[in-house]
Amino acid sequence: MITLGDYLIVSGILFTIGFAGVMLRRNLIIILMSLELMLNAANLSLVAFSRFRVGPTGLPDYNAQVFVFFIITVAAAEVAVGLAILVALYRARQTTDVNDISSLKF
Amino acid sequence: MSPLLFWIFALLTLIFGAAVIINRNPVASALSLVVSFLGLAALFMSLNAYFIGVIQVLVYAGAVMVLFLFIIMLLDLRAEEGRRVNWLTSAAGLAVALILLGQILSVVGHFKIAHRTFPPLPGSTIDDVRNIGAALFGNYNLPFQIVGVLVLVATIGVVLLSKREPR
Repeated sequence: MITLGDYLIVSGILFTIGFAGVMLRRNLIIILMSLELMLNAANLSLVAFSRFRVGPTGLPDYNAQVFVFFIITVAAAEVAVGLAILVALYRARQTTDVNDISSLKF
Repeated sequence: MSPLLFWIFALLTLIFGAAVIINRNPVASALSLVVSFLGLAALFMSLNAYFIGVIQVLVYAGAVMVLFLFIIMLLDLRAEEGRRVNWLTSAAGLAVALILLGQILSVVGHFKIAHRTFPPLPGSTIDDVRNIGAALFGNYNLPFQIVGVLVLVATIGVVLLSKREPR
């Protein structure tokens, strides 16, 4: 049978993949995608805990799922703003590589 | 959900998640991310969270990934592929990520509750959307409206950021 720990392990590995992407890749778009992976890993463990904690009414704990809903909304807004900043940066410097954008002011 | 289906979708999610950071081509990365999100939506549905699974497909695999692909095509990022890799910093980053993975696995291993299976739900069908809606518009009404303001601010910010400066 599938236990809660299996879902938590999948979520942990997915979070690590996203974290490794932020550490290893130098392309800003890939870094944003890795951030999305990490947010989704957190969502997976939240939903797993929600299903695990069945209340006295016999339903899953919906507080966690509302939290996941908020995370998805905020993540969509974050992606839109992040990509707009990326486009503005590309217009100014013609690059999306974080090694080329090491100065705070130009 | 049978264990076989769980492992199929978990492996799908993880393999294509790894493909996102391994691929050198940003378009291939974005398409791998779509497959990874679809696998994740299947995992959500295996946990009886049908509404979350559906908005995962609609919002992430639909809207957000189209936005990513649109930006990648707009910027035409193929020139960045042939860059030299600094192996020392890459190895250090990978080591930090592996340490994090070891920590997470050890915490989950020592977590006694995690070895239990999921408790059964009484009914064969649950009214998922109605329950989430009741929670969202009842208990969480104020956060919901604050998130609405946040999305409005993000929209205005994006329009301002992407406007060309008058010369």
